[in-house]
Amino acid sequence: MYSAKVMDHFTNPRNVGEMSDADGIGTEGNPVCGDVMKIYIKVKDDKIVDAKFQTFGCGAAIAVSSMVTEMTKGMTLDEALKITKASLAEALDGLPPQKMHCSNLGADALHKAIEDYKNKQQK
Amino acid sequence: MKTIYLDHVATNPLHPEVLDAMLPYFKEHYGNPLSVYESGVKAREAIEDARERTASLVNAKAKEIIFTASGAEANNFALKGIAYASQSKGKHIIISKIEHHSILNTARFLEKSGFAVTYLPVDKNGIVNPADVEKAIIKETILISIIHASPEIGTIQPIAEIARIAKQKGVIFHTDAVASVGNIPVDVQSLGVDMLTFAAHQFYGPKGAAALYVKEGIRIVPLIYGGIQEGGRRAGTENVPAIVGMGKAAELTKSDLQKRIDHVKPLRDKLIENTLKIDKVILTGHPENRLPNHASFVVEYIEGEAMMLLLAAKGIYAASGSACSSKALKASPVIISIGIPAHLAQGSVVFTLGEETTDDDINYFNETFPQVIKRLREISPFAKGWEGLEDSTCTARK
Repeated sequence: MYSAKVMDHFTNPRNVGEMSDADGIGTEGNPVCGDVMKIYIKVKDDKIVDAKFQTFGCGAAIAVSSMVTEMTKGMTLDEALKITKASLAEALDGLPPQKMHCSNLGADALHKAIEDYKNKQQK
Repeated sequence: MKTIYLDHVATNPLHPEVLDAMLPYFKEHYGNPLSVYESGVKAREAIEDARERTASLVNAKAKEIIFTASGAEANNFALKGIAYASQSKGKHIIISKIEHHSILNTARFLEKSGFAVTYLPVDKNGIVNPADVEKAIIKETILISIIHASPEIGTIQPIAEIARIAKQKGVIFHTDAVASVGNIPVDVQSLGVDMLTFAAHQFYGPKGAAALYVKEGIRIVPLIYGGIQEGGRRAGTENVPAIVGMGKAAELTKSDLQKRIDHVKPLRDKLIENTLKIDKVILTGHPENRLPNHASFVVEYIEGEAMMLLLAAKGIYAASGSACSSKALKASPVIISIGIPAHLAQGSVVFTLGEETTDDDINYFNETFPQVIKRLREISPFAKGWEGLEDSTCTARK
């Protein structure tokens, strides 16, 4: 059902946990649907220097969260905004079709975290 | 890695003696049971012998057993067959909200074909109130179908009591006993049912063989038209090896049932006792009136499919009723019907034990499951609570 890469990121997820000094936080999904992703980012000179996540959801949701935090580290904010559901799924060697929409919330949560960071900068 | 199979409600391994009984009907006795020469006659005799044994498991007469290819087929047959046979008397059917999909979806089909269906609620333990059944019966009611035991929450219904009410009112009563036959004693006479569905692979028989018990004298319209197989009530060349396997599995189950119950029940009790020590874990289904091999829970703050996958990575195979674990991405209607809110239904998980489950297996499970829960709660943003998100509505595209 899942690719080896999904299983790897699910069983050994990278960057798990809360970030107390996050510069931006983004949450996507809700528990009634079955998946919630919370992404934390640390930004320096327009670059994402660290990312962490907390996720409630299925194997795919956890693997996507792990992958998005891995991918985004070292990216500029503009580069990170270009991450999509499709590019995440591709990085994981594919996701089952029924998991593409509701469990693949990593890009949306990340973009919300970037938005949160930008809003905080303006204040 | 050793695997511990705790998904006996999904299916069971074939009993070695069942396989041995089946093999000759793949090889030398391959004839069509309608043929008059020896290999056909042998196949015919084997089917009738299997019918006797299968009937005996549920205390029915051989001629009251119609073999089908699955429990789902038998359930479709029961509902459609009675609906079309009795529609001149009325077009009202009563079922519960916690039926198997093969009953629920057949009932929905019949609704589209002009029948009215009442879906009875269940209480928090998953029990149908017999008084509700009585109240739901109207002059046009032709059939009541209530599941005997729930594969998802293990609850056993007061079938004898409901069957008595149906009988008093002159309404045909069917029960889907797929999850119960093989796990508890099931006797069509003492239950007082008119029809009963059961499937061989639930009691160490093969997949592809199931039966519908139809009490002598009940008129039912076939689902499959064609030849004269099964007394003209179910056409199609018989799946002889599978039917022989069902007969053998029924015979073994009849003699071993008490031994099987005595084996699984204390192990199951130990599993439940240990699992309920974990914070924020609830037992679903009836605490006592449940299948002796069945344990089902909802675990807060984490999701069922993730639990199943992480358990599988540690060699433990289980099932879940969460939305994400179903291909349809819908939370189990059974879990919702017992009043578990949708966000908690996501954490549903089901463990069902079997003949080969050992005390060591349960010890390993009892060590492993708390670790799996702990690990997933470390990943979850809700480790300390739902942060008010439990009342959200799900509008995501499924």
